[in-house]
Amino acid sequence: MSRIGVFVCHCGLNIAKTVRVSELAEFAATLPDVVVAKDYKFMCSTPGQEMIVNDIKQHKLDRIIVTACSPLMHEQTFRKVLTASGLNQYLLTIVNIREQVSWVTHDIEEGTAKAKALLNGAVYRSRLLVPLTSRVIDVNPNVMVVGGGIAGIQAALELANTGKKVYLVEKNSTIGGHMAQFDKTFPTLDCSACILTPKMDAVLQHKNITMMTSCEVSEVKGFVGNFDITVRQKARYVDHSKCNACLACTEKCPGKGISEWDESLVKRKAIYIPFPQAVPQKPIIDKESCTFFKKGKCRLCEKACEQKAIDFEQQDTFVQVKVGAVILATGFDLMDTKPLVQYGYGKYPGVYNALEVERLFNSAGPTGGKVTLRDGSEPKSIAILHCIGSRDKNNHEHCSRVCCMYSLKFAHLFKEKTSADVYHFYIDMRAAGKGYEEFYNRIIEEDVKFIRGKGARVAQSADEPGRLVVEAEDTITGKFIKLPVDMVVLSPAIVPRADARDIARLFNLSTDKQGFFMERHPKLAPLSTMSEGIFIAGVCQSPKDIPDTVAQAYGAAAEALTIVVRDKMELEATTAMVNPASCCGCQNCVRVCPYGAPSYNAEKKVSEINEALCKGCGLCASVCPSSAIIARHFTNDQVLAEMEGLMEF
Amino acid sequence: MSFEPKILGIACNWCTYTGADLAGTTRLQYPQNLRVVRVMCSSRINPSFIFRAFQLGADGVLIGGCHPGDCHYNTGNLYARRRLAVTKKILEFSGLEPGRFRVEWISASEGNKFAEVVTEFTAQIKSLGPQTKFKISQ
Repeated sequence: MSRIGVFVCHCGLNIAKTVRVSELAEFAATLPDVVVAKDYKFMCSTPGQEMIVNDIKQHKLDRIIVTACSPLMHEQTFRKVLTASGLNQYLLTIVNIREQVSWVTHDIEEGTAKAKALLNGAVYRSRLLVPLTSRVIDVNPNVMVVGGGIAGIQAALELANTGKKVYLVEKNSTIGGHMAQFDKTFPTLDCSACILTPKMDAVLQHKNITMMTSCEVSEVKGFVGNFDITVRQKARYVDHSKCNACLACTEKCPGKGISEWDESLVKRKAIYIPFPQAVPQKPIIDKESCTFFKKGKCRLCEKACEQKAIDFEQQDTFVQVKVGAVILATGFDLMDTKPLVQYGYGKYPGVYNALEVERLFNSAGPTGGKVTLRDGSEPKSIAILHCIGSRDKNNHEHCSRVCCMYSLKFAHLFKEKTSADVYHFYIDMRAAGKGYEEFYNRIIEEDVKFIRGKGARVAQSADEPGRLVVEAEDTITGKFIKLPVDMVVLSPAIVPRADARDIARLFNLSTDKQGFFMERHPKLAPLSTMSEGIFIAGVCQSPKDIPDTVAQAYGAAAEALTIVVRDKMELEATTAMVNPASCCGCQNCVRVCPYGAPSYNAEKKVSEINEALCKGCGLCASVCPSSAIIARHFTNDQVLAEMEGLMEF
Repeated sequence: MSFEPKILGIACNWCTYTGADLAGTTRLQYPQNLRVVRVMCSSRINPSFIFRAFQLGADGVLIGGCHPGDCHYNTGNLYARRRLAVTKKILEFSGLEPGRFRVEWISASEGNKFAEVVTEFTAQIKSLGPQTKFKISQ
């Protein structure tokens, strides 16, 4: 006989509106082993929690059922209540009557009936629960940050400043990310490089940061507190331990590659640093454009290098890194607008995307900061087309958030650097942010023209060869317009990195519909993920501006710190165990476990499970032909009892 | 009174259960005939659970897991997929109408899909009528 207490939460009206909560509590009181059943407005509040604590004492309860929101929301909250009352935390059962009942029906009869069935199932299950002991593990104090853009840089610096050792993994040969490509930042128009490069240098100088450029994560093993990560160091063909960054090699190099940094607008050498302020300042060789790799002779860089740092034989190497927590800050790509043929990107030389224009403005860019078209002439009229591929059900439904503001910034910079007329084609102007509306008003004053209507098509001018015509419907006048211009700037959707899904798979994350990493909770845990110990920051979670990205980086650093600041931590006790008396020694469990937790003891002729490796999926329990494996907290008996309870009503 | 079926759901914690929560958070409406058991992984589902559900009088059983390849436990749902395919064959071999057992891969971000699947499956079970093949009368 157990002594069960049932606590039904109203969640204000969230639950009470479509479930008759007092009737549910009265119903609970009639169920087997239920000693006390109550309902209350907000069970998760302090008075609600105190009510549970008092009832545990007063009624000598040994099982608690909280009938409220999803266990993913408040299971931890109520487990703590049990622990504080001296009850084992695994004697708690949560019945989800909010997300899976009251919020998905308007019918109070249906809602109440379903809630009763779910509660009955929980009572059946609860009676079979047993106390479990959490495992205590040592925590590795180091942290890995993946992605060396502004989010990764900021998170790494914060953690390093607390004395923790940080591994900053960046797939390019320099840190800096997209922010290093920008010229000015909105709404303050301060120079991007001036605020970013000191931080890049701080990373380089910091004794607690190991910068791993030209590196990619290739395998992730372990779990929160003890990740064991394999990083692939891609061959640079330059030994950075010998290189003194004189860059004599780059001067001699005859190779020509396309500059990724300058968004393919210009060529670079085959041995190169992406831009003069790159960190580290040491070059790499691009195999694709290197004359030696292509033709088997050249080696001019090798001759120029006094340090003998050039190494054409260099291979990819693999480095093992052990950390307690990981922050992913892998950033974004711009949507490839070539498939949107109506805009002519990649077809008409006068059509640019936003990042290309950033490079045109930048004094370290391909034109030295002069706004010129590909033929070298200055544009006389420029159209900026907002929402290309975003807010578009045929492409990306989401708003990319920063395009309105950077497009306004472009307008300002065009006005500053040219005498061109500047036209915006926009759906709505979204200027939510500190100082953003003010910036918008300032740009309006700068004689920029705003046409409320999405650019529909860019075509070649029939009358003036070389010029373009933007077609759109002006939704204010209701007129269809055709505007001849010299230059068209597309503000494309911000999308996840092309390899974001691979990264999600490596670190066991979910992605949302667009492919951005899913947070644990959209409001209350925006930087945590469903994988314990893995945190996210910046645009890899969803499009956002630099201030929000930096704020998330600080937050993710604090989240990671809450793990690595501890020497030891508790892990879920819901692992599997083998009952040796009924194990037949078939080793099915050994074969299927993805974590190598079960092993065969040849002497005893039975399988054994290493709890430190077990993650509690329960796969082994369901392949065990003799039911010798017990998946703790999800035993056959517990699951079957819950089902019986659910089907009774 | 119209026939209101009882449908048992078994959902993995990381994808389908979270997807079901998302359906709730976004206030999607779907029929209330489904009662979900949460397990950590679809690979935990022993075929005996499904047989038992039908014995207990479930008119339909819906299993939900992560998309193959996206399992929180790497390979768990790949094993589940094979095992549940065999289970379906055995159920149908034993005389169960084909439409009563369904496996769906629903990710944590697919609240819409969860609601759609439940709506559609409930309608299907309603049209099949009460399940009597396996039900043990009490």
